[in-house]
Amino acid sequence: MTVGLVSLRRSLVLVATLFALVLSFATSAFASTAIERVVSPSGIEVWLVREPAVPLVALDFSFRGGANQDPADKPGVATMISALLDEGAGDLDANTYHERLENKAIELGFEADRDHFSGSVRTLVENTDEAAELLRLALTSPHFDTEAVERIRGQLLSNLRHEAESPSHIASQQWWATAFAGHPYGRPVNGTIESMSAITPDDLRAYTRRVFARDMLKVAIVGNIDAAKASEIVEKIFASLPAKSDLLPVASAQPQGLGRVITVNLDVPQSVVVIGGAGIPRKDPDFMAAFIVNHILGGGVFSSRLYHEVREARGLAYSVYSSLVPLSHAALFMGSTATRADRATQTLDVVEKEIRRLAETGPTEDELAKAKTFLEGSFALRFDTSTKIASQLVAMQLDDLGIDYIERRNTLVEAVTLADVQRVAKRLLDGGLLVTVVGRTPQGLASKNNGG
Amino acid sequence: MYRKPGVTGHCLVGPKLAGPQSSANSRPAGRQPCDTTEGDLALLRRAVFALAATVLAVSASPVRADTVGPNVGHFTLANGLVVVVVPDHRVPVVTHMIWYKVGSADEPPGKSGIAHFLEHLMFKGTAKNPAGRFSQWLATVGGQENAFTSTDYTAFYQRIAAEHLPTVMEFEADRMTGLVLTDDNVLPERDVVLEEWNMRVANSPGARLGEQMTSALYLNHPYHKPVIGWHDEIVKLNRDDALAFYRRFYTPNNAVVVVTGDVTADEVKALAERTYGAVKPRAEVGPRIRPEEPEPSSIRQVTLADPRVGQPSLERSYLAPCYRTAKPGEAEALDVLANILGGGSTSRLYRALVVQQGIATDASAYYSGTALDSTRFGITANPQPNVALPQLEAALDAVLSEVADKGVTAEELARAKTRMVADAVYAEDNQESLARWYGAALTTGSTVDQVLAWPDRIRAVSADAVRDAARKWLQKQRSVTGYLVKEWPKNESPNNSEKHS
Repeated sequence: MTVGLVSLRRSLVLVATLFALVLSFATSAFASTAIERVVSPSGIEVWLVREPAVPLVALDFSFRGGANQDPADKPGVATMISALLDEGAGDLDANTYHERLENKAIELGFEADRDHFSGSVRTLVENTDEAAELLRLALTSPHFDTEAVERIRGQLLSNLRHEAESPSHIASQQWWATAFAGHPYGRPVNGTIESMSAITPDDLRAYTRRVFARDMLKVAIVGNIDAAKASEIVEKIFASLPAKSDLLPVASAQPQGLGRVITVNLDVPQSVVVIGGAGIPRKDPDFMAAFIVNHILGGGVFSSRLYHEVREARGLAYSVYSSLVPLSHAALFMGSTATRADRATQTLDVVEKEIRRLAETGPTEDELAKAKTFLEGSFALRFDTSTKIASQLVAMQLDDLGIDYIERRNTLVEAVTLADVQRVAKRLLDGGLLVTVVGRTPQGLASKNNGG
Repeated sequence: MYRKPGVTGHCLVGPKLAGPQSSANSRPAGRQPCDTTEGDLALLRRAVFALAATVLAVSASPVRADTVGPNVGHFTLANGLVVVVVPDHRVPVVTHMIWYKVGSADEPPGKSGIAHFLEHLMFKGTAKNPAGRFSQWLATVGGQENAFTSTDYTAFYQRIAAEHLPTVMEFEADRMTGLVLTDDNVLPERDVVLEEWNMRVANSPGARLGEQMTSALYLNHPYHKPVIGWHDEIVKLNRDDALAFYRRFYTPNNAVVVVTGDVTADEVKALAERTYGAVKPRAEVGPRIRPEEPEPSSIRQVTLADPRVGQPSLERSYLAPCYRTAKPGEAEALDVLANILGGGSTSRLYRALVVQQGIATDASAYYSGTALDSTRFGITANPQPNVALPQLEAALDAVLSEVADKGVTAEELARAKTRMVADAVYAEDNQESLARWYGAALTTGSTVDQVLAWPDRIRAVSADAVRDAARKWLQKQRSVTGYLVKEWPKNESPNNSEKHS
């Protein structure tokens, strides 16, 4: 099924999107003037945008940590918690908790990625207090009782069995396991059949005690509420959490295995290719130039070089793209495509040739100019809903960009020169790639593996 | 990422799945022209009516008189083009969509996939704007674009800063009749579509089961074909097929333009008259009458085995009326029924099969009311390991029988209505969703006024109507049941079970 494919792409794209969104949040009048920094009595900071035009309140939050805080032998703990927080909390059993949410149509969701444990709430403004209370219970007194743990474990195992059917999921897992062998990033965020079967309620409680703490917390609210109310809400939800987290140290890492091509034989009509190499960190002065380089190579919509060469000119694939993936402890450049087995070698050759060509000769003046106007023009598209804005305000805080980033951002785009992108194209794209291919093993790829 | 029941997979009861969550976010390929997912009907139908509730909620709220809902404008140009405008002035951005009233169910026999293939080819340029110019310009100004095809409609859209709306409308009006196709741009694109078929269908056992179930459900109506087409017919599609289909259906009197965002109806009207208004109708499309589906009269069972299936699943599809064909109140009752049966952790199916009996890992339901002709009510459930699909099916049938026999409780009814109406209020947060909802409604036989009246019709659904809908439409002889398994049943192992390549 395509679930694995979707989740692979989501993992790549969400990260890339995060930055696109933040980068893009430029001169929007409403946003640049309207973000308020509110600090609650116990010191919890929340970024607030007052939006009177819709009757909903969107609250997003994130703790640093995510799956990289899973026990080394039990990947999937953070994912399992994300599915269990609303399955009974405080004095409410699971069914009562869900009824309380549904009776007021409060939408509450949690998610773990490699670096963050995040949550979001959507509620009608008149139900804000009930939503805050239910979120408080979920974060501070989840039950993790046997019935719910076993039920959710069953669902997560079902998801894992389903993912294992998907060539794109296999290609992605193989890439991460190879590039980050021995590092938390090498472990699957959703765990394995073995680890998911072994996680205990004590593992879940140990994780929440270490990770759910105020020093790792970022919060944003968008809706028709004022600063006093925003302060009251975040105080109510988060104040009783511990002040200090107790995170396991995570080493900075570089992707390993660059130059290798790993093939996984699977009897499917279409082969999936995942590529990846070292990227550029979010805080690096070259990040904006790298973002532009990637846009030109494989980030742009119907305009990128990979789109043109792989899809439009040769009809080799339906989907082909590349992204920057700047994680907390590693910076990556990744891409993916899928093509029928007998064209996999040709397709990979075209992709690698385009990457080499861009590394060697860099973007043209025209490409740079168009990429800049794209970045400037697309800003507001990323911020046209309250839900999107809440999510982006959290991302800006996680990236430590500053509350004035929106006003500074266009200047940063403008400052990128042709010399910058030519230098950074080489820096970004000349470092070698680890490639995984899942499908009927094509001729010519196995030998590369030996030479790598 | 983990998703709660009711929001998983192809269960589309929740409007959370509407809009960008369904396409752009889930795949970067969403940037590329095509979206033929099976779920589109359910998704869009739900979305359309979510919008309606939105509008009503807005009107009822005095503080919001200047925002999304109340100012829905619509008009028809002299050449027959229908235009709908939903202003949202929060951000200087607009979403522009053109919906053609043509989909896979309108294809000539033997040409399955041509509607979708033409959707791809619409990006190949015109005499006035050669290949790539429109997309390159959009990329330069920071716009987004895409397109999607369903059984009943084909749509193209752009999201851009409001100042660029006139240019977008000029480009889109130009390609309504000006498309230029050559073998040089048609043939590589057919390979692209075949790779899309590989990705969506060939590589996905679940999608292949879905195709087989759809074909078994529709004996006569062209909904029996996959939107993307049958492989052996896609490979034969050519330039002439595409142009013939284009000339027959792409004409202003067969299209609906929807613009949402930072713009007024008056502004759009002036622009539409100047751009689309200059396009002369080139075909009389006539009423959309397809071969009708006979009254279903047998219990059908479809099994698909694939050695890659790690998680078996059970699917059930019932033939059911759509909003256009249902008697007053019946489609609304089916919507509420889907919500009560399979809309989340408190739903009947989840409580019974997952929580109480522990035989399923997930269970959900959906109703795809946004369709031009008879549509489907669907249920899906994944078994726990060591639970046989017939056992799960029997338990599922028991839940359905109980609803048909005893009806639903007042609490269930109230909760479903609350969620349906409130979810709709959330939906107005997203101009792209709003545009999709109006477009889908107006290309499947609904009017703007019917959309606006929907919340009251949902509020009017009684517990008896929900029970009656279950009795009347969830009869097993109206259905197809699908089993997705790893191995063929022992005594049914076909000799030809090897996978095609």
